[in-house]
Amino acid sequence: MNRSKGKLLPSGLYVYAIFYLSFIYIPILFIPLFSLNDSKYVSFPLKGLTLAWYQDMINNPSMINALMNSFKIGLTVSFLSTILGLLTAKAVTKYRLPGKLPIIGFMLTPLVIPEIILGISLLILLSIINIPLSLVTVGFAHLLLCVPFSILILIARMENFDKSMEEASLDLGENSWMTFWRVTFPIILPGIVASLLLTFTISFDEFVLAFFLSSTEQTLPIYIWSSLRFPSKLPPTLALGATIFIASFLIITFSEWLRKRGANLRSQSSI
Amino acid sequence: MISNPIISFNNVSKTFGEIKAVDNVKFNIEKGEFFSILGPSGCGKTTLLRMIAGFESPDSGEIFIDGQPISNLPPNQRPVNMVFQNYAIFPHLNVHANIGFGLRKSGLSKRVSNRKIHEMLELIKLPGYGNRRSNELSGGQRQRVALARALIKQPKVLLLDEPLGALDKKLREQMQIELRILQKELGITFIFVTHDQEEALTLSDRIAVMSDGKVLEIAPPRQLYRSPASYFVANFLGNMNFFKGRVTDSIDQDLKVSVDILGEIMINSSALVKIDKTVWIGIRPENLKIHLHYPGGNKMCVQGDIGPSAYMGDRSYCYVNTLNRHKTILVSIQNGDQFQSTDLNTHQRVWLEWSKESLILITQN
Repeated sequence: MNRSKGKLLPSGLYVYAIFYLSFIYIPILFIPLFSLNDSKYVSFPLKGLTLAWYQDMINNPSMINALMNSFKIGLTVSFLSTILGLLTAKAVTKYRLPGKLPIIGFMLTPLVIPEIILGISLLILLSIINIPLSLVTVGFAHLLLCVPFSILILIARMENFDKSMEEASLDLGENSWMTFWRVTFPIILPGIVASLLLTFTISFDEFVLAFFLSSTEQTLPIYIWSSLRFPSKLPPTLALGATIFIASFLIITFSEWLRKRGANLRSQSSI
Repeated sequence: MISNPIISFNNVSKTFGEIKAVDNVKFNIEKGEFFSILGPSGCGKTTLLRMIAGFESPDSGEIFIDGQPISNLPPNQRPVNMVFQNYAIFPHLNVHANIGFGLRKSGLSKRVSNRKIHEMLELIKLPGYGNRRSNELSGGQRQRVALARALIKQPKVLLLDEPLGALDKKLREQMQIELRILQKELGITFIFVTHDQEEALTLSDRIAVMSDGKVLEIAPPRQLYRSPASYFVANFLGNMNFFKGRVTDSIDQDLKVSVDILGEIMINSSALVKIDKTVWIGIRPENLKIHLHYPGGNKMCVQGDIGPSAYMGDRSYCYVNTLNRHKTILVSIQNGDQFQSTDLNTHQRVWLEWSKESLILITQN
């Protein structure tokens, strides 16, 4: 009611925010912490500081191989999923389709089917039609999982797209191909980037489908899971986890810095 | 008029589902004209414009630009450019790149292109705005950028789809004058779609009035306002008092009409009208003169009581209820030193005088 009470509220929110951030980041921070610990066992007290596990990580070909597999699948899947999502979103937003809502709902069902069910059914299907398990089968399963996310993100971006932008480009002499590259693509680019990032992340840390559908070639989550059984393998895994965490942190920070810098440059040059 | 049509509609029709958006339209637009297409929302005027641009294709009939049939040309190959209703300024490009967008295939060097863009910025009175983004522009500035972006292509015809609709009144009036000057300077044919009759009257050389997909009448503004051919046009352009009448006699060029409230009148008519035909007699509110006392002998007038009125600064609109029948007549009063509408009281008895010349004979619905 009065002002002094109103002023108390933000400090309460501060406490909440600190709790919230700690809740998210403290568990994650254990990983870099133990990756530097001079002991095979992940337990307190810490024994001493070492970079040996990072050395082990670099010298561990099967781990690097699993990492590379995950990168390959993640990059391919995010790329294909975004293209498919783009085409779907374009069709859905551009044309009046009879039964549009049921069709969209149908395309989004992989979002709500439990992954374990999806994994089993895909495994049965593949064995029936006699396709050997490999990284390719994992990739297809990930694609199945990721396309609905791409569709959702890109429909949201393209629903607000003003059709007269494309008409203006056609009117000014460009054909539909160049109109896509000069007008449509730059305008929906934030949606495309969001779709690429999200689907890459989904594929990169996906475990259940990869577990069902991979053969001898492992993805990173499968490798990590299998290394948990051997205590000696765990510290290099922690080193890898820490590296990935720090790398993604740096990439996000850098891209945010780029984005802000671009926005600043724009507003300065216009004065 | 010299017939040198830049655009011809040849029995063009277009249907959307059940709705006939454009219904067998046939007319020409002359080179260098400021031509307006005026009509209420949904009358088909925008569809007509979009068919010239190439965003809609006619179901039947053909459109000619400079004598060439264009139905098979895609929008990017037509010698026309458009200013969109919402301006459609590309949000990811600055003003400079927006205006230069259509120059990519012109084969001009970068230096020449830049010079042309700067000339355009001068023309639209936005020099130094090249680096701005569309979200840093006001509505009026966006409108100018959209105009420059279309004009830099040197189109044979510039299409304008209600381009002033989103601007406030003052800015709109200023832009109307600028558009008119620009059009006269450049000599490019402008086709201007609007639902604002005042705007159409201010800007145009000729106006086509549309309703339900049909072009009802094409005429210069004065003619359209002073002697509209149909009830719809008379009603849509400005205000009009309508009185139902019956032709009773025809003497040379004059018709004798027995009219509700007004009584027996004589009216000049070049058209042949059959005796006994039901017609409308129209009087514009500004052609009625209000008297506080009976004006005397041979003046044509009708008696009434002052009803509700609206003060609009330079003039007032005032409703007058007639005594004999239940009809309300709209009168426009010019507010000046001589007479102010505030001199009138509600229910005050007045006399409305009209002259023979101000009566408009309307024979079509």
